[in-house]
Amino acid sequence: MKILVGYKRVVDYNVRIQVKPDGSGVVTDGVKLSANPFDDIALEEALRLREKGVATEVIVVGIGPADLTAHLRNGLAMGANRAIHVLTSESVQPLTAARVFLKLIEKEQPGLVILGKQAIDDDANQTGQMLAALWDRPQATFASKVEITDGKATVTREVDAGLEVIEAELPAVITTDLRLNEPRFIKLPDIMKAKSKPIDTIEFDSLGVAAHDHLKITHYAAPAKRSKGVMVKDAAELVAALKQKGLL
Amino acid sequence: MSKILVIAEHLGGKLNSSTARAVSAAIAVKGDAIDVLVLADNVDAIAVEAAKIDGVSRVLTVARPENAQPLAAVLAPQIAKVAAGYSHVFVPSTTFGKDVAPRVAALLGVAQVSDVMSVEAAHTFKRPIYAGNAIITVEADANHTVVATIRSASWAAASNGANSAPIEVLAIDAALPTHTRYVELKQGSSDRPDLQSASKVVSGGRGVGSKENFEIIYKFADRIGAAVGASRAAVDAGYVPSEMQVGQTGKIIAPELYMAIGISGAIQHLTGIKDAGTIVAINKDGEAPIFEIADFGLVGDLFKLIPELEQVLG
Repeated sequence: MKILVGYKRVVDYNVRIQVKPDGSGVVTDGVKLSANPFDDIALEEALRLREKGVATEVIVVGIGPADLTAHLRNGLAMGANRAIHVLTSESVQPLTAARVFLKLIEKEQPGLVILGKQAIDDDANQTGQMLAALWDRPQATFASKVEITDGKATVTREVDAGLEVIEAELPAVITTDLRLNEPRFIKLPDIMKAKSKPIDTIEFDSLGVAAHDHLKITHYAAPAKRSKGVMVKDAAELVAALKQKGLL
Repeated sequence: MSKILVIAEHLGGKLNSSTARAVSAAIAVKGDAIDVLVLADNVDAIAVEAAKIDGVSRVLTVARPENAQPLAAVLAPQIAKVAAGYSHVFVPSTTFGKDVAPRVAALLGVAQVSDVMSVEAAHTFKRPIYAGNAIITVEADANHTVVATIRSASWAAASNGANSAPIEVLAIDAALPTHTRYVELKQGSSDRPDLQSASKVVSGGRGVGSKENFEIIYKFADRIGAAVGASRAAVDAGYVPSEMQVGQTGKIIAPELYMAIGISGAIQHLTGIKDAGTIVAINKDGEAPIFEIADFGLVGDLFKLIPELEQVLG
């Protein structure tokens, strides 16, 4: 069984995001870029399934400009067998990304597609669900545990009410939550090995996916800030302050 | 003109308050009609609750045994069918809505606006990106249905009681898949208020130190009638179950009073609480980032301060 893994490059989660003063975007020049943390978890899960003998091949997929290759090499160094680079200089919204994945699915026929539940740049949380709909297959979102047996995935999902368990017949789409696993670190020899692993480059335009963006971002703003309050000296002063506001 | 379909979220035969919050966002569109769609096995009690929400024009129900559990693959084709007559489909941005809404959007072939914080115009919305560190204004294509999830913490629940909207039964001809099956829901049983809708929340963090020590948080929360939450660190350390996590990847909440106890205040946690009315921080480290956004800060040992608070409360 092949597993397709979405591997998006985003602004590193440690970077403090700054909105440009003219509201045209956020500052990305010179900031550190890394794999979307949820995608690292997706790749780790795929690698563990391969190590268990459930999967035979793990393919990382990236959609982006020419320099995305270096990022995909990280995925290969982590352990993916090969990479697919869908080449485009345009930014891609979730519905378009889902349509691209569907095209790759038609070609690769994977048994499982694992994506991060959301990317930490646009925080959309859509691509996996949209892909499952277009593919007409099951979705198991926000996964914190995955077991594959007899052609089905038993997935524990982190939902607001607790932990929900569902069964999904394969092929299926799984999206990862934080507690699914802890991704491995890349070791130096693996970086060397990754250099000889194949990256297929596919021109976005050759896939026949309509690239029009349905959503137009017209303005970026910094969030409203909460101002620092006051320090109280003891329990009595705190209770008095909260009682005065009618909160206790 | 705009007609808005709001998808009801419910559990155990009860309407979730996230539904009335999504109705508030629908009211902000200033459209002609707001219909609430209830998909369940037993719809009656849920529909009666939904019909009381002010601003609701009609409640539409689809009662099918397949709708007993909220499986996105089963619900989405039905919602997509009903959506045909509407300009907007609003779904609460809870794990329920986040799961099902994109599946509906893809079936309709339209984009989705996630986590709507404000409605600027019928097709213009504000939403957070980068964990709330930037707020964008987005325009959706006015020629297509708008599918959006509504960020509960940004909207007060629409008022309730004066309305008595008509309830109509829908028969939907949609083929439903059987490839996805519900197995079970494991949830902690608790008599405490619901974390997402409670007016007061007390949360504990890594500073609480252990699962056993968390009793002090539960006890204090019960004393003031609060729901109990936790930081990601406390969940990861196994002190409490995951459904108690407050923050960017947990629950985003907006209680009137939020008390963060033994929580240092990582940015991901602050994202989950910044719409709270009043934030209180109790931490032994006076330099903890939580104090930067707290309305009231108290530096000291939580194991000494909480009993003192209880004593002062009498």
